[in-house]
Amino acid sequence: MGALIEDAVIDNETMVERFLRMDRLPHIWCPGCGIGTALRSTIEALADMDIPQEEFAVVSGIGCTARVAGYLKLDSFHTTHGRSIPFATGLKLANPKLKVFVFSGDGDLFAIGGNHFIHAARRNMDLKVICVNNFIYGMTGGQVGCTTPTHSKTSTSPYGNYEPPFNLCFLAAAAGAVYVARWTTFHVRQIKRSVQEAFAKRGFTFIEIISPCPTVFGSRNGFPTGLDMMKYFKANSLTVAGADPRDVEIEMGGKLKVGKFVDNERPSFQDRLSEMWGDLGLEESRIVEAE
Amino acid sequence: MSDQRSVLTGEHFVNGDWACAEGGLAAGCKFFAGYPITPATEIAERMSKRLPEVGGVFIQMEDEIASMNAILGASWGGSKSMTSTSGPGFSLMMENFGLGIMTETPCVLVNVQRGGPSTGLPTLVGQADMMQARWGSHGDYEVIALAPQSPQECFDLTIEAFNLSESYRIPVLVMSDEVVGHMTEKVVVPKPEDIHLVPRRKPSVPPEEFKAFQPREDLVPEMCTAGEGYYVHVTGLTHNERGYPVVTAEAQDRLVRRLVDKIRLNADRIIRVQEENLADADVIVVSYGISARTAKSAVAMARAKGYRVGFLRLITIWPFPEKRIRELARKVSAFVVPEINFGQIAREVERCAGGRARTIAVTHAGGAIHHPGKVLSVIEEAIRVKSGSGLVEETLVLR
Amino acid sequence: MARTEVRVSGFGGQGIILSGYIIGKAAAIFDKKNATMTQAYGPESRGGACSAQVVISEEEINDPEVSAPSVVVAMSQEAFTTFTKDLDPGCTILIDEDLVQPGASRDKLFAIPAMRLAEEMGKKVVANIIMLGFFAGKTDVVSREAMEQAIQSSVPARFAELNLQAFRRGYDLAVAAA
Repeated sequence: MGALIEDAVIDNETMVERFLRMDRLPHIWCPGCGIGTALRSTIEALADMDIPQEEFAVVSGIGCTARVAGYLKLDSFHTTHGRSIPFATGLKLANPKLKVFVFSGDGDLFAIGGNHFIHAARRNMDLKVICVNNFIYGMTGGQVGCTTPTHSKTSTSPYGNYEPPFNLCFLAAAAGAVYVARWTTFHVRQIKRSVQEAFAKRGFTFIEIISPCPTVFGSRNGFPTGLDMMKYFKANSLTVAGADPRDVEIEMGGKLKVGKFVDNERPSFQDRLSEMWGDLGLEESRIVEAE
Repeated sequence: MSDQRSVLTGEHFVNGDWACAEGGLAAGCKFFAGYPITPATEIAERMSKRLPEVGGVFIQMEDEIASMNAILGASWGGSKSMTSTSGPGFSLMMENFGLGIMTETPCVLVNVQRGGPSTGLPTLVGQADMMQARWGSHGDYEVIALAPQSPQECFDLTIEAFNLSESYRIPVLVMSDEVVGHMTEKVVVPKPEDIHLVPRRKPSVPPEEFKAFQPREDLVPEMCTAGEGYYVHVTGLTHNERGYPVVTAEAQDRLVRRLVDKIRLNADRIIRVQEENLADADVIVVSYGISARTAKSAVAMARAKGYRVGFLRLITIWPFPEKRIRELARKVSAFVVPEINFGQIAREVERCAGGRARTIAVTHAGGAIHHPGKVLSVIEEAIRVKSGSGLVEETLVLR
Repeated sequence: MARTEVRVSGFGGQGIILSGYIIGKAAAIFDKKNATMTQAYGPESRGGACSAQVVISEEEINDPEVSAPSVVVAMSQEAFTTFTKDLDPGCTILIDEDLVQPGASRDKLFAIPAMRLAEEMGKKVVANIIMLGFFAGKTDVVSREAMEQAIQSSVPARFAELNLQAFRRGYDLAVAAA
């Protein structure tokens, strides 16, 4: 952990310049948006880990959060809507040395990409999924999604959402993720710690970061600014370490349970492959060609 | 060069699907992601057995959308990668086939065509995905698609597909069909040293100078691999040479024009056809895949009767051999185009013939291959009726 | 030799496709001719009528369809009914005598107790190989040596001897019947 001590004194600017494509700034996110905060905490986590920068690879889908891949100075892949996880699966299996993480939004990962998410979790694919959940489709102007709280107003639920939302942490846990945590963008230190914990594990991990979207969610639901939503998160979030993921559904006006809900061990996809191929007397797959 | 375990040198009596899988392995494929679908399943089955033996990875994904994405990811991870499917799965793959085109990601997709539309004829032959191969993903682009007519060509053309995909940084389609895929025939697998392979064109400049979408003279960029410190950015958005999104008409023109031109301007290098008896031909039979085999029987029958009939087999379907068809159209009275669809490639032939020669599509809805006798009767009709609208029953006369 | 077409038919589970495969492989790999083998796929491959079509020729084979077979092997009544209609009078028909009632007698029809002989050998599954032995002994489509090599290289090594015995059983029967 020697690197920790050294990195602890790195000043902000150096860290940011190390991990961001400065030539791509300014970013596209709205004032008060929480994605930058989630990204910032993630970068702090990456900077404080003893892993060479070139070993990280980030994959995203489509949406506001998915644009993160375009700002991170890593090998970064901005794929099609919902497809970050299968793309990341191929990337990781072709070069198992890579530390592959997926950084994308709730609509991308759980509506259009929901099937890929549950199967990667089932396989315990060695992917670190970070999902910014802002309850809405932001980039297209604020439509209802699979995470929009019941009764919330959006451009396609003008009278209020009449569907129940997914409890993402429960879904991840049920599908087989070995690490599941939820924080809000108010919990910057906790996000950093969770990201580091996730990277320290083998297998499929999931971190949900509840984030304000004042422009298209907050404005329609009584939180005109990002600060209003942050205050709401601060006032209503309740850390329940080890909470049963079934009990952490989100309701506006209710308590927003956060914390680390799942942290267990089971063989990852790669572990099972190695084990089986060992048993069969086959070489373990290591594909990067020395062409 | 491929290693020994990847190349089963010798003579085998095997089907086309087996040969596609072995062709991929011989080309150095080390990653296969797929989803079961008749009549392509045998390719996945063969890969699931063989890839672990050669240090590769097989994964059965949750659907064809995921399969296509996974092979793109694997390609950027440094593996030669491949998937296989048939009609319904081909439709699902189109979304990220487009991502592969836009991100210039080498990989190979085999479509063992069956009868459609929709679920259609799962176990029976079709050749009706030829236009989907060309235009199936949204937007404008060029593709490379090859059509094997035998298990031997399934082997050979899958290797060729990998080579083309690396040469032009593009996903390449192998458009097989149910009969070729399921037909068992002799396949000769050469020695590894006799198999020509095109390696990935790696960056020739250090990471700080490297641009993953900066074309070289032939319009194709070099390609880095994740994990090497290039910090590449890859996006399906319109992007600049650096890979950064630039959403403007100018950037669009620069990028998409190059994606199109890198195939169009290299078309002569890519296109392969087989020609027989064209010199004296009055009528030319143009066909591909399994239909070319039955058509060839018909051509032999016609020539035995003294008719001056030539044979042009399309090995490369896309880019289409326009130049050659245009030249030939000046010399012949008609093209006869048997295919197991309602005239998809016949329309291309007709377009290139440009009014100089008639094009007669010998159509078939699918489920069986053409009977050589029927093709012969259309040839005879084409010979007999030199001009005007020589209608032949059950065929679509384009001109 | 000009184009020769062979159809092997029966029901799923009788090793019909394997039989077609062995004939094709014998011709293509060991007799150094050209051969194609095609088969009907689908639900029929799991219990219904089942057929393998083999085309053998010294020339390039362009049409893999069997339309005028020289030999039809029928190992079920349904296959017999389906595949012996409109045959060329010169076509040789081989049937399993316990599984097929041929009705009217005809030339070049041979009834072989393949299933019964296989049971005698203690392995019902080799009935198809006994039939192949008879096929090889009765016709000159493929050579005996090529068939034996094809069998040896197509069945699991531990069953090779059993299958070769079955093949010879059928072959000897054909030669004796001649």
